Amino acid sequence: MTATTHPTPDRTVGPVRARAIGARPPRAPGRARTLRRRRRAVALLYLLPALLPYTLFAVAPALHTAYLSLFDWDGVTLPSFVGGANYRRVLTDPQLRAAAWHAGALIVFFSVLPICLGLVAAAIVARRPGRRGTSAVRTLLFLPQVVPLVAVAVIWRWVYADDGTLNQALRALGLGSLADSWLGSFTWALPAVGLIGTWVVAGLCMVLFLSGTQRIDREIYEAARMDGAGPVREFWSVTVPLLRPEIAVALSITVIAALSSFDLIYITTGGGPGNSTVVPGVLIYRLAFGGGQVGLASALAVVLTLVISAAVLVINRLAREAP
Amino acid sequence: MTNRTVSGTSVFETGVSGPRASVSKGGGLAAPAVLVMFCAAVLVPFLSLLLASVQPAGTPLTGLALPKDGIHLENFVHAWSAAGFGSLLRSSAVIALAVVPAAVVCATLAGYALATMDVPGGGAFYGYLLLGLAIPTEVTVIPLYYDLRALGLTDTVQGLALAEIAAFMPFGVFWMRAHFLTMPRALIEAARLDGASSWSVLWRVLMPNSRPAVTTLGVLYFVWSWNQFLLPLILVQDPSRRTAPAGLGFFTGQYDVDVPLLAAATLIVIAPVVAVYLFFQRHFINGVLSGALKG
Repeated sequence: MTATTHPTPDRTVGPVRARAIGARPPRAPGRARTLRRRRRAVALLYLLPALLPYTLFAVAPALHTAYLSLFDWDGVTLPSFVGGANYRRVLTDPQLRAAAWHAGALIVFFSVLPICLGLVAAAIVARRPGRRGTSAVRTLLFLPQVVPLVAVAVIWRWVYADDGTLNQALRALGLGSLADSWLGSFTWALPAVGLIGTWVVAGLCMVLFLSGTQRIDREIYEAARMDGAGPVREFWSVTVPLLRPEIAVALSITVIAALSSFDLIYITTGGGPGNSTVVPGVLIYRLAFGGGQVGLASALAVVLTLVISAAVLVINRLAREAP
Repeated sequence: MTNRTVSGTSVFETGVSGPRASVSKGGGLAAPAVLVMFCAAVLVPFLSLLLASVQPAGTPLTGLALPKDGIHLENFVHAWSAAGFGSLLRSSAVIALAVVPAAVVCATLAGYALATMDVPGGGAFYGYLLLGLAIPTEVTVIPLYYDLRALGLTDTVQGLALAEIAAFMPFGVFWMRAHFLTMPRALIEAARLDGASSWSVLWRVLMPNSRPAVTTLGVLYFVWSWNQFLLPLILVQDPSRRTAPAGLGFFTGQYDVDVPLLAAATLIVIAPVVAVYLFFQRHFINGVLSGALKG
């Protein structure tokens, strides 16, 4: 075998290689070393097609953003170095702090609410003997995950509109006095947008938790019931603790979605009315591509990335600790 | 990191349909009621959209109401041709066709190397790739715009496709590596002893047994590429080259938008991705669930 680019077939990797070497000492150590080196070079060649675009078009831009965050730049004229000034503004500017608050509020709607709904629904459905819904139900519950968020936003603008489905339903129930133009209201716009997020991920959470309950041994439930645990006790003592991995997964996915949300807000409210639904994603877009404050937008993007990484780290750490 | 939880597709293959062991009585009507409520909550907004799209042109918003004088399918024709959604769909399809095969191949090669080969600094490379899972698009899009513009790559298929491939790479490598780790080592060893090169081990031995994993990754990549909004919104400024979701975003932002026309356009934009989803639904759901759990 004299392949120039591929490793020879009898030299393999990992534990098997150790065994092969032990069983059959290499005849020429120098040759073995060259082969080993060539094999490792080939392994790197396999990695290259993934590493190259990832480095050039994801990592390098992220680092470039970190670099830009140290400058005052309008995107056209020469940038001027300002050090940490942009970061100080990120932490003090009222508009930027409002965005941070709204992102936090969105976590309630994108993460806390769907996970609670999903857990309760999964627990109720899992208690039922026999079929727990068909795959058609699962397909339907996943549908909001598949549709582009722009389309979701268009659909919900109409649900929330003055003559939309929600107000129509309220009027039909004789609650017409409660009808509002939800997305145009300073009070209701943020919860209204948040509930769209709840709608998008609640089905995912429920399906995730339902498949988790299948992993739980039936006997644990039986034992809990023998000990006289009611449905509520069973929920808190069996279902929730044993679904820990699934809850952690749902939290990571939804917290990332909440913190980096852009599409939904951009289409439904654009951050308005006023700044009542402005979130970091929308602000980064506005500052960098409309406001001529590329440096400040970059600083905000860097802070957002750090917050997301920290959140994911904390969630994974919590998930791994024993209950 | 990878094998922490149940993962294994078997759990998900059965999905929510029927556990074999029976449980003591309880629930009664509660379980079906919960399922019906969840399904209705998902369906009602879609139903509003569907009903709005078949109203006569110029109809204001009507909520949940059937059109009085029959179904008006001409909204779809107008959205397709006059409003230009036919060509928007074509741009999106071109992007997806450029992104999905390239990204799947790159992810497969890297996942194969990381799972079966002695990569120098393999762990470090893998960690470096996983970092990308926490990089939001917002942090890459600003320099991407200025750098790609300097390279003359804004408004091009290549520019947007490269940005998407880069953004999708971490999950793909993670997914394919996890898949190749589940393949029996004996299979690879046997092929190597028969004189197969690493290249033919991958394509002749492993890939024929990898169709579910590759299909799942391809479906996920297609859906992500189709639904991507921020990247095309910024990297493609030329209206004639916009992708479908970006076009829908611009269309929505205009004043005096005809509601039935916009509804028809929205349905046109979501139709391909929903079709792919329905066709590959098991792959998609398994991918999202087990992909998430393996992480």
